[in-house]
Amino acid sequence: MGLDMQLEDVAQQLLAAAKSAGATAADVVVAEGDSLETGVRLGEIEKLKQSRQKHLGLRVFVGDRSAVTSSSDFSAAAIRQLAVDTCELAKVIAADPFGGLPEASDLAQSVPDLDLYDPAVAEFTAEAAIELAKEAEAAALGADPRITNSEGAECGASTSRVLYASSLGFLGSYRDSGVSLSTVPIASENGSMQRDYWYTAQRRLSALEAPGDVGRKAAARALRRLNGKQVKTCAVPVVFDPDVAASLIRHLAGAVSGYSLYKGSSFLIGKLGQRIAPEFVTIFDDGTLVGRLGSKPFDAEGLATRRNVVVEKGVLKSYLFDTYSARKLNSRSTGNAARSVGSPPMVSTTNFILEAGTSTPQEIIASVRDGLYVTELIGMGVNGTTGDYSRGAVGLWIENGQLAYPVEEITIAGNLLEMYQRLEMIGNDLDYRHSVCAPTLKIAKMTVAGS
Amino acid sequence: MPTPPTTVDPVRFFLERFGLSHNQLENTVASAIARRADYADLYFEFRTLQSLSLEDGIVKSAGQHVAQGAGVRVVAGDKTGYAHSDDVSIESLQLATRTAQAIAQQSSDPRSVAVRPMVAAHDLYTLARSPFDIRLADKVDLLNRIDIAARRHDSRIKNVMASVAVEEKYIVIVGSTGFIIGDVQPLVRLNVTCIAEENGQRQQGTYGGGGRVEFEFLLQEDRWLRYTRTAADHALRNLKAVDAPAGSMTVVLGPGWPGVLLHEAVGHGLEGDFNRKQISAFSGLIGKQVASELVSVVDDGTMPNRRGSLNVDDEGTPTSRTVLIEKGILRGYLQDRMNGRLSGMPLTGNGRRESFAHMPMPRMTNTFMLAGESTHDDIIRSVDRGLYAAYFGGGQVDITSGKFVFSASEAYLIEGGKLTRPVKGATLIGSGPEALKRVSMVGNDLELDEGIGTCGKDGQSVPVGVGMPTVRIDGMTVGGTQAS
Repeated sequence: MGLDMQLEDVAQQLLAAAKSAGATAADVVVAEGDSLETGVRLGEIEKLKQSRQKHLGLRVFVGDRSAVTSSSDFSAAAIRQLAVDTCELAKVIAADPFGGLPEASDLAQSVPDLDLYDPAVAEFTAEAAIELAKEAEAAALGADPRITNSEGAECGASTSRVLYASSLGFLGSYRDSGVSLSTVPIASENGSMQRDYWYTAQRRLSALEAPGDVGRKAAARALRRLNGKQVKTCAVPVVFDPDVAASLIRHLAGAVSGYSLYKGSSFLIGKLGQRIAPEFVTIFDDGTLVGRLGSKPFDAEGLATRRNVVVEKGVLKSYLFDTYSARKLNSRSTGNAARSVGSPPMVSTTNFILEAGTSTPQEIIASVRDGLYVTELIGMGVNGTTGDYSRGAVGLWIENGQLAYPVEEITIAGNLLEMYQRLEMIGNDLDYRHSVCAPTLKIAKMTVAGS
Repeated sequence: MPTPPTTVDPVRFFLERFGLSHNQLENTVASAIARRADYADLYFEFRTLQSLSLEDGIVKSAGQHVAQGAGVRVVAGDKTGYAHSDDVSIESLQLATRTAQAIAQQSSDPRSVAVRPMVAAHDLYTLARSPFDIRLADKVDLLNRIDIAARRHDSRIKNVMASVAVEEKYIVIVGSTGFIIGDVQPLVRLNVTCIAEENGQRQQGTYGGGGRVEFEFLLQEDRWLRYTRTAADHALRNLKAVDAPAGSMTVVLGPGWPGVLLHEAVGHGLEGDFNRKQISAFSGLIGKQVASELVSVVDDGTMPNRRGSLNVDDEGTPTSRTVLIEKGILRGYLQDRMNGRLSGMPLTGNGRRESFAHMPMPRMTNTFMLAGESTHDDIIRSVDRGLYAAYFGGGQVDITSGKFVFSASEAYLIEGGKLTRPVKGATLIGSGPEALKRVSMVGNDLELDEGIGTCGKDGQSVPVGVGMPTVRIDGMTVGGTQAS
């Protein structure tokens, strides 16, 4: 608890210094963390990295003018100087009547324990991490003679403590932990190479997937890409595996962010209350899920996190806001403020989830006579303003309901709004391997460009 | 403001700021290699970043950020130990050294290292006036003028977002081969995004520029105005864009920023780490034909005031001009110390890191294709049906399979040798070792980008430059929606 007291002291000193420098309101984020990264390649240690970092961020308001600064210097003199500098900076900025701290009545009344911290992660040693990485890589290398090389395996762990305090009197903190394991094997055959990966990431050490499973899955994914070919340009059904399906709803998360909306850079402007997907589609954001990767007890402005249903039975029910973007659009914060130490708050999802359907992934694939199963997407071809979508894809071709052969050097294209409307089947294979998750998804038709 | 003084020698700056002596640095780097390590270095960084941004017609946010810290690296064979801390003191350096050493042998072989000051081979970006010495009010004024200019340019421009960011980074590197060297690296960047609206349709256009330059660079030759109008025109043109074609066709890339093609198609594949590990589609191809003989590609970290340039890389090696492809033949890879040593290849000054919290690795600086003989107009005229891509969003590559993509944000159909209709953004996809073999014409109009590129690799972002003349590629897959 000694450490907590120190961070609390620093935060209170900063708030007091900001007030004496002329701030009419202020808030402070202090983050402190330890991290360990290990890497092995071909059975040998390749990388060992350890760090301890601390950082503080100050936001001041001088009337309706605001500025944000950050520093890693926690000394009393530096704190006083930072407060003075930040107020000076704010004075050159235009007055913005939408700015300011949240209403005091909206602040979280308590800080629930969401089981985000596992002491075993803090105790996790470099030796243990290296062992897990070696085991995962060995399982990949041993899976098949065509696994001929490896980009290596990595295992890392981190713990952090975040404290938020504001001149409204709010002061809260929490600890969290994270641990991850991944491996990237390389398969080769007929003179060409393919890489793929698998990873597991959790807050609790004991919840990690077994290293052997991580290695074998990664190997199977690399092997099935061997001897890929282009297909002819066509319009066909497209099935997304869960990891790439998650990217489709990540684009939706960007478009429901209050910032995209008031800036005019969202394809979902004016769509609230309208049907944007079939009735079997429900998407929610929930920061209160116990032990999940995207959970936190309060947001970056001290509001309690909550469950927000964004799409309910196909109808767009809610956008996501922090205080500023909500005020710009005459709405209320949904508790989605997020903030890196040196930036003003932004809107971010917590756990953003597309609810599972009833079909097994096998049933979804079996429903396609001629189409594409996508396992990886590359490139940035998504226009958030219009929803126009065009990305490089890797996957397997589906023939008569079966995965037939690998395909590569193709693109898939459409418009996100049309793609959501053309969702045809949803898998029952939702897991929480990431903070943004979707099960297997099938879109009735997209343009696949190839030769 | 906590800005570093601009005329001070960076070595003296760090020694004074953190109360360290030359002797302590020598002892620390000597103890770092004591367990029979091949190499060790200490890296000190002090970075100040200031940013101002405008939206909805007002400059509504300002930020100033100071990051400082030190990293200790120990290299033994192909193993690297790294530890870093934002607490810079002799105690924390010693602790970091013990941590980083864990990858080396257990037995110790005490050595001493005499560290001598090394002078940088180049002086590429000493500025008469630090961008931090410009009054904040002048930066605010520039952003306000951008907003007015964009809206005045066309009444369909409904929102403008603009930001100016200035950075100054002091670094010092102490190497166990016995050198200490410092550098002061300024960086300025202006970004403008315009949103155009007409008949309920919205489109966005983004443009910008900068480099290791004075703030005045943005004002000279009315650059800020050109960036602003270009961003506005991108947005306006896209209002009229038709759906992009889908399938394989002839593609002409415009000069400048489309050089991102080289960065993705070959640049990453030629980084030394991937090639030492034999996991790049270009592994083992030195001396082989990897491109049309019209194609020569260089990486040049020594261009004055460029965003991707450095006096020394983040391992203290002077940057250089490295020929990667000469008339279609693969000539070299980009190296950092560890990969250069393990592969027996010369150092090229490409060992870069995002910050003290990151380990160095081979990275590009300014990567571009040399000019050819054709004129831009002749190249366009030579295409009966194809796509002209004038500007790009960004790209990505899978270095193992060699497949790369990049996203056109401004493109036109070429019909009968003429640019006809603007088309919506589309992803172009190709294979690195194949795409450049299909280059059939290279323009005489080499341009470098305006100075906005950032490259990501393994979670580390570094500023880079790209460039290219107009280039014709026979047969690339264009990922639009309109199958013909």
